[in-house]
Amino acid sequence: MHKNVLVWVVVLGTALFAGCSHKPKPTPASTAGSTIPTDQSQTSGADASGAYGAAVANGSGEGVAGPMAGQLKNRTIYFDFDSSEIRPDYNALITAHAHYLASNASIRVRIEGNTDERGSREYNIGLGERRAQALRRALLLQGVAESQITTVSYGEERPAVTGHTEDAWSRNRRDELVYLN
Amino acid sequence: MGLVSLPARAELQVNVTQGVTDPIPIAIVPFARAVPADGGMDIAAVVQRDLESSGRFRAMQRRDMLSTPTRPADVQAADWKAAGNDYVLVGRVTAPSASELDIECDLVNTLTGQRVGGKRFVANSSSLRNAAHMVSDFVYEAILGVRGAFATRIAYIAVQGQAPSQHFQLIVADSDGESPKVILESAQPIMSPAWSPDDQWLAYVSFENRLSGIYIQRVRTGERRLVSQRAGVNQAPAFSPDGTRLALTLSGSGGNLDIWLLDLATQQLTRLTDDPAVDTEPSWSPDGKSIYFTSDRAGGPQIYKLDIANPRRVQRVSFGSGYVARPRVSPDGSKIAFVTREGGNYRIAVQDLASGTVSVLSRGSLDESPSFAPNGATIIYAGRDGAIGTLQSVSVDGLVSQRLTSSQGELREPAWEPFQH
Repeated sequence: MHKNVLVWVVVLGTALFAGCSHKPKPTPASTAGSTIPTDQSQTSGADASGAYGAAVANGSGEGVAGPMAGQLKNRTIYFDFDSSEIRPDYNALITAHAHYLASNASIRVRIEGNTDERGSREYNIGLGERRAQALRRALLLQGVAESQITTVSYGEERPAVTGHTEDAWSRNRRDELVYLN
Repeated sequence: MGLVSLPARAELQVNVTQGVTDPIPIAIVPFARAVPADGGMDIAAVVQRDLESSGRFRAMQRRDMLSTPTRPADVQAADWKAAGNDYVLVGRVTAPSASELDIECDLVNTLTGQRVGGKRFVANSSSLRNAAHMVSDFVYEAILGVRGAFATRIAYIAVQGQAPSQHFQLIVADSDGESPKVILESAQPIMSPAWSPDDQWLAYVSFENRLSGIYIQRVRTGERRLVSQRAGVNQAPAFSPDGTRLALTLSGSGGNLDIWLLDLATQQLTRLTDDPAVDTEPSWSPDGKSIYFTSDRAGGPQIYKLDIANPRRVQRVSFGSGYVARPRVSPDGSKIAFVTREGGNYRIAVQDLASGTVSVLSRGSLDESPSFAPNGATIIYAGRDGAIGTLQSVSVDGLVSQRLTSSQGELREPAWEPFQH
């Protein structure tokens, strides 16, 4: 019995590893994962029996905002596994957003940090926050005001794509820049 | 804002995936009924399902029973022994008034012919199922010497839909998955449900305002309070054992996650950790004197312990693989359960705090979010069954595992209700 378990572990481990090295990483040009959420954030508690309580929460709708010219349309940057370092191929994209924000002081953005699904959910909130902070610092360094930026880490809770492969994971390790006005 | 009602029948189904090799044989005889006041509830069937789902018992089939006694004096112990049973449970439901039901049960040892013990519970038609779980608790403790946890509940998160548009629910159900109630719904993530020690409140994290916020909600009424929505991360709430404070994780706008204490009456915040690393996932020791937490201050995540009276005194507790996270302290304070990485797989392990011995208990690839049953005998956690997230459980000795299958979508972050003393 134990022997079988061990064998199974080794086989799966090898499969995961093989998956890692061959899949292409998303680049700024392939922004398939960079959807901008437009949902109405409706939250409600409910119950039919009366023994449990209904909680009613606030909701705030949000449209698609922000500049649409050139590469400013691209609002997602991807990260390597277990890394919050911004890859050099995103420097031009980040500079474009920084210039736009620095010259439009009334515009505000939210940076949403995300991880893949592996590991502990709450610890992943910490990793997502590190990714959000990496982009925040890069924008601040290029003249964006602190008051223009908020961050939120969703950890692994808001994947861009569903799936349990290296391809899905690489599309979920990301920062999304959301223009709020 | 429409009311949501889940179907009344079971949404979770318990399947024992591995049991002990020598389960205890018991005959659970159908109880005498109070028709129609009992609403058709088959107490013995609920008890049988509870005990069999624990993996520690094997119940006699009803069709093989030659008699159906309902009182201990009518149990012919030798006959039941000959049929292979070590114990016989008999019982009666009566309705002394229109709104009241009496449930009495007696457990007989077939070897000695003696009545081991009995219990009487008072219920009404809506609490009758819970009374059946209390009968299960009585039998479990009378035979195994460990308090049963069948009459407790679990809270968990259910997620429907495909990314990027998913729907989140916070659900509370009986420990056997029956009577699921949605207590919060959102188009934005809900995380980290945590019970108050008096089981009246759940703390959780909701992203409903596109920011993380920690709420506490009264389970029975739905009344709720936003207790923390500071800049940055608001995460991982954990009620102190006396219920007056929350340990939680805050980052501020600078993004450095540390652990803080929030006094629920005064709103006063006290900082516990101050380290540039990620410090999160606090779990209280039962005496309320220390907090175990995850920190990557040494590189990969590991478990540390801090002394609340002197929070600078931090002690590393785990020394395992390069990834050890999300500690939960057992109800007696003797163990911690956590997530550990073995090869490429994330699994549930338990560490004995006195000896340091670690046992890996689960066998999945993405197992997470362990939570101790209040009797400390079982750990429930979130695992995967193919592509779908399910709730699974394993006994702390590793002998019994169960999977709870569901039609509610992907299930996550189970939190087992504490005992009420």
